Amino acid sequence: MSDTTEETGGTGPSHRRVELGVAGFMALLALIGIYGSLQVGIGWAADGPRAGFFPFYVSLIVLISCAVNVVQALAKPADGKLFAEWAQLRQVGSVLLPSAIYVLLVPYVGMYVASALLIGFFMRWFGHYRWAVAAGVALLVPILTFFMFEVWFLVPLPKGPLETWLGY
Amino acid sequence: MLEDIGNLFHGFAVVVQPFNLGLMVLGIVLGVIVGVLPGLGGANGIAILLPLTFSMSPTSAIIMLSCIYWGALFGGAITSILFNIPGEPWSVATTFDGYPMAQKGQAGQALTAAFTSSFVGALFAVIVITLVAPLVASFALEFGPPEIFSVYFLAFCSFVGLSKEPPFKTVASMMLGFGLGAVGLDQMTGQLRLTFGVEQMLNGFDFLIAVIGLFGIGEILLTMEEGLSFRGKAASLNLKVVLQTWTELPRYWMVSLRSCLIGCWMGISPAGATPASFMSYGIAKRISKRGHLFGTGQIEGVVAPETAAHAAGTSALLPMISLGVPGSPTAAVLLGGLLIWGLQPGPLLFTEQKDFVWGLIASMYMGNIVGLLIVLTCVPLFAAILRIPFSVIAPIILVFCAIGAYTVHNNTFDVVMMLVFGVAGYFMKKTNYPLAPMVLAIVLGDKAEESFRQSLLASQGGFSVFWSSGLVSTIMVLGLIALFWPILQAAWTRARASISGLRTAE
Repeated sequence: MSDTTEETGGTGPSHRRVELGVAGFMALLALIGIYGSLQVGIGWAADGPRAGFFPFYVSLIVLISCAVNVVQALAKPADGKLFAEWAQLRQVGSVLLPSAIYVLLVPYVGMYVASALLIGFFMRWFGHYRWAVAAGVALLVPILTFFMFEVWFLVPLPKGPLETWLGY
Repeated sequence: MLEDIGNLFHGFAVVVQPFNLGLMVLGIVLGVIVGVLPGLGGANGIAILLPLTFSMSPTSAIIMLSCIYWGALFGGAITSILFNIPGEPWSVATTFDGYPMAQKGQAGQALTAAFTSSFVGALFAVIVITLVAPLVASFALEFGPPEIFSVYFLAFCSFVGLSKEPPFKTVASMMLGFGLGAVGLDQMTGQLRLTFGVEQMLNGFDFLIAVIGLFGIGEILLTMEEGLSFRGKAASLNLKVVLQTWTELPRYWMVSLRSCLIGCWMGISPAGATPASFMSYGIAKRISKRGHLFGTGQIEGVVAPETAAHAAGTSALLPMISLGVPGSPTAAVLLGGLLIWGLQPGPLLFTEQKDFVWGLIASMYMGNIVGLLIVLTCVPLFAAILRIPFSVIAPIILVFCAIGAYTVHNNTFDVVMMLVFGVAGYFMKKTNYPLAPMVLAIVLGDKAEESFRQSLLASQGGFSVFWSSGLVSTIMVLGLIALFWPILQAAWTRARASISGLRTAE
């Protein structure tokens, strides 16, 4: 992706590129929708419209709207507006990556352990808290959550080896 | 009419049971916290806390959840005035005059004005609901599939016409929502569609997951990008300031009444609280004698948007309970709650679930009174929440979003989907795609499609069924007017300009 500079001096992907990217992605979803609708039939059966009838036309409208949005984005003269600076996107990525690891960990180690790890990691690496403080909050929140959900409102959350070992 | 009043008092009796009152206070406090925190708002706050209510009776559950909504509406004002950070989109307009007032050392007056006008706006809307909702519901009982579809049509068209975002972006995001809603089992033919053999797609996309992802995770990513550090004004509210402001407020009754009307109108049509607050602020600025001073800390500039936002936020529940068409994403989440508790939203609620409906309406009165008292007394406490650094708040919000997403279906795949929706929400928000129509389309997709196909079935595929009776055609025409509203408005302005141009030429 090419860089565009703005007055502020930071660099990053241009707004227009991202705009086109989003429209393109939606168009892709629309094409998948059209394909899927054609698979189940978009016509008229003995008992009325077939299953693909509604999603087909809906996807078609998405596709048309995306085309209009692309044309409108291209019609605007390139103003060099940034989507975000790379430094900002790095910030976003630094939340996104731990979150992704977190959601993938949940099925294996359970909600409570994964949450403790996430909170501890965040406070230690972004907040630069002392280990004791980070660990304290990281343990306290899942424990409170446990009482609120499992004990008071009787809503079970995913559990891992630790909870099994503790007898839950 | 008399019977309705009796029902309402019965509703009050249900609400003042100690258990329900406790839930009400809990809901308001949670709601204010949700409204104050970035990344949590009315819609996803309720979506996350919805699973807590699975074991309650529907009436208790709706009392708690709707109180979270009132709390969130109140909470948005706190951050706008003290921190210049709108906790909710509908409190953006409150920052224009609220924050300057706080800078001048009038934070107390601004907060009192904001809370009081919120209360007035909400009360006005609740009275409208009390009087109008039963009538609408009994009228709507006669609706067949074409009428029901035309109501959906009107709702979605108003989104396109009234939203600030480019119309084709609104359409794209709305239709994508319908598409996502269509994934899974087709309810009419019992056939699987758009699943492509992927096991996790069999149940389709749950809109609660979408709400938590789009609004919750997306918002955290946005906040992270902006690298916010919160620097707020001190909050102190004492009785003297409150009483003093209250003696001043009646002077603005015109602003207030106008904002109530704007709010109710915008709330019932699904444009929602955010445009209502902007519109009300804009009109107040144009009409007021002190209009040129707006933006420097005028109390009117706080009264107008807050009244309208609350009136809109509250009246958004009117079409939800009387027609089953939610007026805002938050109302949509509440509607999702009804379905989970086994209630069928729509006009039948008024005849079959009297306790529930009137309990809800009574809780709107009580909840706003309790809410006003709580926010007036606990402002410093709530403001302190925002002083907790984001590096602590962000992971905790993430954890709660994940818990909320998981508990909807006890499915860990939903947590992954939530993150995917979060990334989508971040990009869509940055590129001006509105999220609310998408969420509403996912919720209403099945029902809209069902009524559409049933209508076509009855007419053997002819679209004329949507013009077959006076009622249907009227609603459809209203829908078309709403859809093309920006074009009509532009044409009207041009026509007027050319007429006045001709006059001056003469």
